Amino acid sequence: MSFDIVEFLKSLVSLNVAEYLKTVVGDQAWVNFVSDVIGVVIISTFCLLIVIFLIWLERKVIARMQDRIGPNRVGGRYGLLQTVADVIKLLIKEDITPAGADKLAYWLAPFLTVIAALLIWAVMPFAPGVIGVDLDIGVFYVLAISSASVVALLLAGWGSNNKYALLGAFRAVAQLVSYEVPMILSLLVPILLARSMSTVDIVEAQTVPFIFVVPLAAVIFMISALAETGRTPFDLLEAESEIVSGFHVEYGGMKFGMFFLAEFISTLFMSGFFTTMFLGGYRLFGLENLVIGDGWAIGRLLGLIIFFVKMFAVYFLFIWIRATWPRVRVDQILNFNWKFLVPLSLVLILAIAVLDKVIPADAGIYARSSILLLANLLIAMFAIEIMRTVARRKRKESSGDAAMTIDESEHNDVHDAHDSHHEVAAAH
Amino acid sequence: MTTDQVIFIILSVITLGTALLVVTLRNLFHAALALMATFLGVAGLYVMLDAGFLAAAQLLVYIGAISILLIFAIMMTRRLMSADEPAFNSQVWAALVTAVVGFLVVLWAILRLTGLGTEDLSILWRAPVDSKPIGLDVLPYIQNSVAAMGQAFVDPNGFVLPFEIASVLLLAGLVGAIIVAWPKAEDEES
Repeated sequence: MSFDIVEFLKSLVSLNVAEYLKTVVGDQAWVNFVSDVIGVVIISTFCLLIVIFLIWLERKVIARMQDRIGPNRVGGRYGLLQTVADVIKLLIKEDITPAGADKLAYWLAPFLTVIAALLIWAVMPFAPGVIGVDLDIGVFYVLAISSASVVALLLAGWGSNNKYALLGAFRAVAQLVSYEVPMILSLLVPILLARSMSTVDIVEAQTVPFIFVVPLAAVIFMISALAETGRTPFDLLEAESEIVSGFHVEYGGMKFGMFFLAEFISTLFMSGFFTTMFLGGYRLFGLENLVIGDGWAIGRLLGLIIFFVKMFAVYFLFIWIRATWPRVRVDQILNFNWKFLVPLSLVLILAIAVLDKVIPADAGIYARSSILLLANLLIAMFAIEIMRTVARRKRKESSGDAAMTIDESEHNDVHDAHDSHHEVAAAH
Repeated sequence: MTTDQVIFIILSVITLGTALLVVTLRNLFHAALALMATFLGVAGLYVMLDAGFLAAAQLLVYIGAISILLIFAIMMTRRLMSADEPAFNSQVWAALVTAVVGFLVVLWAILRLTGLGTEDLSILWRAPVDSKPIGLDVLPYIQNSVAAMGQAFVDPNGFVLPFEIASVLLLAGLVGAIIVAWPKAEDEES
């Protein structure tokens, strides 16, 4: 058992401590098992602890975007310990079970939600070689777990013994199940381009990040991810002013804290997933393969940092959207999904599949990317044109309807103001 | 007792135990939950058989869609918060007999197709020496890879016919759902 400090430091920098410990201790079965368990503990602890930072970040960023300051009392000038105070508040609340609640369902629901939110982190590639388990079907695994976690909402709604919770749960399930379809279809595009469902293979296939090759798929995935995690503009399910908080109206204290936790963890996961699928994950012009000096593979550490920067950039986008966009009504949500997003994503996957076959295999990566990009932009323009025509037609049918495009509505507003002035003048 | 055997026993206990709960619980909602646990156990068994894609598909389709449909059906048709149905009705003995007969038929089919246990019970099965089991000539394709499975789906010697028939069935289901949910002409006037 020879413990070499330099080798240990090298393995630390290259995020490969388990391999080094295996050479020290010997390659036995229990070593693998222990290193796996330690990996699981690290990922879970990371997820649970980063939420403390995420909640603070969200409150601060939204506050600044709304021209106020946000938490600035607890923990110094920047309110850094505000989340800790919130968690303590949730923990010391009385644990109430509503009368007549189905105890099994009521207690199981928050835990299932958190379990599902943590399970999906197993296939997230943090750095080259640093991944929980490189599944052959990584993307499919994520979709399967997200789909199976919808059950927890029904448990919450039913177990609360509350009509509004049940209705909220129905609406939540409808939204989540509906938006799985465009999510799966839009994720099929990077899978097609990378010829593999493994997240590591998809990152490795992004010499040109897929957002520059198939931006429409990225946009559709972004919209579906917003709906799947229940973020604005699709947060009708759980907003406090809507149907009295939807399916978690009867949850208080730490059980509500678990739903809250699960939402933040899955939002962070979706940002990480977006960077993996469309932004090139941990790649940045080959920096992640940097090996300097005598075997110091700092490229992996750099890859980890790059991944985190990209992930938090996308997470910032999520927060930005929440701070600035209004909420969409539930029937508008479902209409938008089934009448626009699903046909669009079907057309997109068809076009990309055909083009991928038609472009000759030796066309070089930049030619291929530009042709696919062009096709994406054409389909997007076509879709926007169709949306505009439909909106114009709807506006002609029922005057004063909410479905107006911006330039036309300004026009109409000016006319309405003039007309109302005339009417008021005539009345006098 | 290898790890594999231990895991198999645990998964089987989960699957069979919750399946038993499904048919014996009095609370319908709990029975539906137990059904979901059964599906989860089956997905685990798929993983043990090296069919990861099938396990994920089981999660996505059975737990993520069919169970939810079942729960919606239960909630819509039984307005009781604590549904307390009698677990057995008058058909329980017919159902038991049918289940046992079905199990024996499936067992016979599997043993005959794969030739398992032929050495011990050759008197009963008498499987011909060079019979080719159905569909297993594409077995070289069925490895641990999703690409291989995709190939088998569209290979004329593979499973392209069942694949296309399943697509037609799904299309029929979609069209049927739309027709059932289409608003009738009288409703639009009122």
